[in-house]
Amino acid sequence: MNRRLALAAFVFVVALASGCVTVKPYDYTNLRAHRPRSILVLPPLNESTDVNGPYSYLSTVSRPLGELGYYVYPVAVVDQYLKDNGMPTAGEMHQIPLQKVHEVIGADAVLYTTLTYYGAKYQLVSSTPTVGVKARLVDTLSGDLLWEGQALVAQQANSSGNILADLIAAAITQAINAKTDAAHNVARLANQQLLMAPSRGLLYGPYHPKYQGD
Amino acid sequence: MRLRRAAWHVAGLAMLSGCVAPRGLYYWGGYEDLLYQAWREPGSVPIERQVELLQRDYQQGQALHLRMPPGWHAHLGVLYYGLGKPDEALRELQIEKTEFPESGTFVDRLVANMKASR
Repeated sequence: MNRRLALAAFVFVVALASGCVTVKPYDYTNLRAHRPRSILVLPPLNESTDVNGPYSYLSTVSRPLGELGYYVYPVAVVDQYLKDNGMPTAGEMHQIPLQKVHEVIGADAVLYTTLTYYGAKYQLVSSTPTVGVKARLVDTLSGDLLWEGQALVAQQANSSGNILADLIAAAITQAINAKTDAAHNVARLANQQLLMAPSRGLLYGPYHPKYQGD
Repeated sequence: MRLRRAAWHVAGLAMLSGCVAPRGLYYWGGYEDLLYQAWREPGSVPIERQVELLQRDYQQGQALHLRMPPGWHAHLGVLYYGLGKPDEALRELQIEKTEFPESGTFVDRLVANMKASR
């Protein structure tokens, strides 16, 4: 009887613990204090195994940041400009002193990103396109960290419930995915989770009607 | 009768909420896809074609009464410059600066570089 009670108590505590895990809201003190208008997005550092990953990812960042209301410098123009000025890699670009960024580009803040995962994650019957990214937004004048976040997003594969059919479908979707680069679309989802997640994402920027209302 | 009226209300609400899909601030068109394609396979889309596609997007944006996104006009300007059309390039860069004053420092630098290498 006592044992049963102990078990019940244990289950109760586990249920309570799992139910109470809420996402801790981000501390926006620094972001609110600086309120950057313009963001320079540098090409991401690459910790993934895919050489196309960084630029695939970089081509999907302007839109969410722009729609959040920030001015985003043209990513391809900036990339070319920095390459023409002796910085051929993302690693070198990330080393540019903040003061220099402010002087040359005029950006209020820099978004430093790292691609932690890009590509297919192989599982038993299917491969799941997965993208992982972490990001830090840094103020160019003060050097203060304004915001940081990370996301790891996998596209959910469809299963028919029939293992043989799934195996054949997996082989087929892999062949198609290889051409269309399914991870590229997952990068958009990763950005949504990274930048727009409630109470963890970025606040609205000056071009958004809800600016300073969040 | 009452039930029928309620059903109409629900249907009306559903339609309303469906119609007020969040409208973006900008018209993005194929900008991001062009960025990716040009990086992934450099030279696979000739600059003329890129300019053509962006111009078509611009018409679409106008028709929908949406602005083009931040960076877009500067990007188009640099493409024009690559085509040997400096007047169009300067025009687009000026539009970028007018629409988004935050671009000023960088746009001025690009313009100065273009004028210096002329």
